[in-house]
Amino acid sequence: MAKEQAAVIGVGQTKYDTTYPGSMAGMLREAATKALAMADKTWADIDAVVMGKAPDFFEGVMMPEIYLAEALGCVGKPIMRVHTAGSVGGSTACVAASMIQSRVHRTVLTIGWEKQSESNAMWALSLPQPFATSVNAGAGGYFSPIIRRYMMMTEAPELIGCMVAFKDRQHALRNPQAHLHQPDLTFEQVVESPMLWDPIRYSETCPSSDGACAIVLTDEAGGEAHNGPVAWVKGTAMRSESNSYGGRNMVSPAASEECANDVFAQAGITDRRREIDAVEMYVPFSWYEPMWLESLGFADKGEGWKMVEQGATSIDGGDLPVNCSGGVLSSNPIGASGMIRFAEAAMQVMGIAGDHQVDGARTALGHAYGGGAQYYAMWIVGAEK
Amino acid sequence: MAEEVLTAPLVLEYPFTRTTGPIIGSFLTGLREGVILGVKRSDGSVLCPPLEYDPDTSEELSELVPVQQTGTVITWTWNGAPRPQQPFSRPFAWAMILLDGAGTPMLHAVLVDGPEAMSTGMRVRVEWSSERQGHISDIAGFVPDDGAASTATEVPAEVEEVRSVRTPIRMEYTYTPGRSLSQYLRAMSEKRILGDRCPTTGQVFVPPRGVSPMTGTITDEMVELPDTGYVESFNVTRVPIKMRPDLTPPYVSAWIVLDGASVGFMGLVMNIEPEAVRIGMRVRAVWKPDNELEMSAQNILGWEPTGEDDEVVTDYERIGRVDQGGSQ
Amino acid sequence: MRDIAVVAFTQRQESAIPGESEVEFMVPLMEQAKQQVGLTQQEMGFTCSGSSDFLAGQAFSFVMTIDGTGPVPPISESHVEQDGAWALYEAWVKLQCGDIDTAFVYSYGKSSPGSLRDVLATQLDPYYVAPLWPDWYGLEALAARLMLEQGVVSEQQLAEIASRSREHAATNPHAVRRDRKSAADILLEEYVAEPLRPSDIPESADGGAVIVLAAGDRARELCDRPAWIRGIDHRSDAHTLGVRNLTSATSAVIAAQRAGVGNDKVDIAELHAPFSTSEALLISALGLDDRTVINPSGGALAANTMMASGLIRIGEAASRISAGEADRGVATATSGPCLQQNLVCVLEGE
Repeated sequence: MAKEQAAVIGVGQTKYDTTYPGSMAGMLREAATKALAMADKTWADIDAVVMGKAPDFFEGVMMPEIYLAEALGCVGKPIMRVHTAGSVGGSTACVAASMIQSRVHRTVLTIGWEKQSESNAMWALSLPQPFATSVNAGAGGYFSPIIRRYMMMTEAPELIGCMVAFKDRQHALRNPQAHLHQPDLTFEQVVESPMLWDPIRYSETCPSSDGACAIVLTDEAGGEAHNGPVAWVKGTAMRSESNSYGGRNMVSPAASEECANDVFAQAGITDRRREIDAVEMYVPFSWYEPMWLESLGFADKGEGWKMVEQGATSIDGGDLPVNCSGGVLSSNPIGASGMIRFAEAAMQVMGIAGDHQVDGARTALGHAYGGGAQYYAMWIVGAEK
Repeated sequence: MAEEVLTAPLVLEYPFTRTTGPIIGSFLTGLREGVILGVKRSDGSVLCPPLEYDPDTSEELSELVPVQQTGTVITWTWNGAPRPQQPFSRPFAWAMILLDGAGTPMLHAVLVDGPEAMSTGMRVRVEWSSERQGHISDIAGFVPDDGAASTATEVPAEVEEVRSVRTPIRMEYTYTPGRSLSQYLRAMSEKRILGDRCPTTGQVFVPPRGVSPMTGTITDEMVELPDTGYVESFNVTRVPIKMRPDLTPPYVSAWIVLDGASVGFMGLVMNIEPEAVRIGMRVRAVWKPDNELEMSAQNILGWEPTGEDDEVVTDYERIGRVDQGGSQ
Repeated sequence: MRDIAVVAFTQRQESAIPGESEVEFMVPLMEQAKQQVGLTQQEMGFTCSGSSDFLAGQAFSFVMTIDGTGPVPPISESHVEQDGAWALYEAWVKLQCGDIDTAFVYSYGKSSPGSLRDVLATQLDPYYVAPLWPDWYGLEALAARLMLEQGVVSEQQLAEIASRSREHAATNPHAVRRDRKSAADILLEEYVAEPLRPSDIPESADGGAVIVLAAGDRARELCDRPAWIRGIDHRSDAHTLGVRNLTSATSAVIAAQRAGVGNDKVDIAELHAPFSTSEALLISALGLDDRTVINPSGGALAANTMMASGLIRIGEAASRISAGEADRGVATATSGPCLQQNLVCVLEGE
């Protein structure tokens, strides 16, 4: 029997910010109730909840889905908790979709979140470890050498990363939910911002955000019956690999390429650049945009930076707009960041992305990655079944 | 013979600051002002402490009402050996206490001399902390009702609302690094660097993981590696980081691929200007003085240039070496 | 629904495994499980694991452990921050989608580096309860007293449950608390958290488990007598203890009903009951009677490996069915204070 067709009928997000002023439960509820309202559903209509978030040390609450049962309407219902490092928001949406595709449930709420202001990212992501020595200063220190290799490999102009950062911050101005709104930011300021993890500048990194993002998924009949925009799930894929072995392609890991091949095949897409109208990809450091453009097959190897340089990924006239929401570079509640990519992709094909809507978007890709660039989750959504 | 397991204390500690939102914030404000609030459900019953969402209907709750500061023990247990972060350092009872006016009981401590002084159905009253800040511990605990309970039910109108609460967490662990890392650390104390070899692919991993990340098979062969290698790629940290106050920016952290290893591992590059560091640069370990060696990766202070010709690196996408079959 | 079965199971539980990292002790279990079915990791349609960083105080421990699967080339994989029973559930859902035929599930936990009594307090309501650091023995004791005072169970019955666990554990090499003790002797023990005695509380263990699932004919190829999952469901109760009926495992009642526990006679039940009181509540929630052998492994009282105990219950029930010792079994997994969340899995031989 073929898989059931899954459909997105509701999306809800909090305003991403340095500190969400309410409780953890309140933050999740805000995203969830917005998604339910768009889906025209009540809590009673939800069969199951799938929650995703990154390390529990961020909030100091072990397995917080346990404490959140009441807030998420899960008394008497199933709740699951996914954690696949930075890709978790995407993986969580994939798990939620599988509950529909398998016909185990008819309507599922999925939610990704992080409340980073409860502690801080440097502490939560770099816990002390006896006997070891720590010199890499968090994620930036880890990814900077990979970016350096990419820059040497492609001989890309030094300011490509700044162009991505500036573009995403410009995109964020069109998205009221984005954390960073910097209307006065100039390209020169991006270039002149301090180097943190050379070659990564401050302006090329993501903020530390609080926030939650929720999606309501339902089955084919539910999608057909929904009185409002629908995004049909055309494919979902997850891949993982080890983060360290000899000969590993760190710039374009095999897991990334295989995950992309899988999800594009499911969606029947052959000409990726032409057939995809909008991309929400996980770019926590600016240079990852050209790197993922290549890894995802939108550009030939070594050519991704040219798309950036040509403006191909800008919402203003680009043929493959990337991160019209402002992306991770503008909002990064880690456990939600992947789901935001998936939700924003859905919003594009639902035609509800407001000021950051890509005109006529019919097919979109949501993408997330995590760990040492070793966990991947992707989905493709379409305006048609 | 099995060697003694390496251990080290590990403390995870953080003073989490939690924003509260209106319901929790009002409850904590009440505590600070010596008043206990609950929240009304649609059937008129009162949840105390107040929940933000109704557990049965999931609806948002908002109507706060005061409850009394006396109540009845619904159930209890004796805590004869309190843990460090618990409300009292001397033995006390945990109890579920149904406050007068509330429909659901709350968990807190009851301070009595011994379990014989506890019983289900006993009447208790709130004992307030001398200093209150808007925290669940503003209630120091409960004591047998002696008629001295406060009757306060009004939170003064002009007080500042509690918007956040500090809930420090401290957890103590005994860290053990595992079999292969222990071997690595012991060798480190003798200025030797160990890696382990994948039995299938021949790849050599350093530090050893005990398992080949390629095939998932146990690596039973340890390989001693020289303390020389090359810079696979690097990062220049130009801002200070909290974990290493001893390092003054700018400094270079690099993946060092040892001669004979298949993967790089992170180390500090020293005795060279950051601007002069190159991918492919040959380096050797800078060890601590022999009399300061310990079982720690910190025995290697960093890596300095050897002055040899650079390794030729052309395949910039790939990391590590694929041709490391070792003796195979 | 597709027919999906447990076709391989391996486990390890010890009071502490200080000499090995998680990945080091998991790899032999993974290798054994793959050998049992003759599949490589890459031949598994899906891989899913469960673990928690809080137990050993190591963030992202699952990132190290995935190396144990040998994920080169990459694998289709996911991870839950829950007991492995929920990882199995995710894999079962994935198999129900119809495009894969096998799945590899594992979970592990190492509680010995920390103090579980402190660590589990961080699961509780972070505003009202966790700052008081109540420990899980104390919370269960509050429920236990209610149960005793309301006549749901007696101290004698609790002692009999604890005694039976030890009796069964004596023949289970994977159990930790394996010394036999009569109910009468257990009743002489001093309270740990009144009314709970040492024999009423779980014996903490380090360890892990692996299960391989397969669908339909693939399962029959891989295993002489697959243990078919005839029903699986999980439910949560409210977190706030004050709003719950602590003398009933409400979420287990719903899950059991939806999994179809009562549709036929149950030969064996492996109940993830950390406390003797939780076992009493689960027996009642599942509607089990004298015809069912409860916890032939000794259960979580005899060895409670946080994050794996639920998965081990499923494996224990499945392996007895595969061995022909039982035709129909049920296994449960739990999470949260006082049986807040429960998963129920019904297994049958052919």
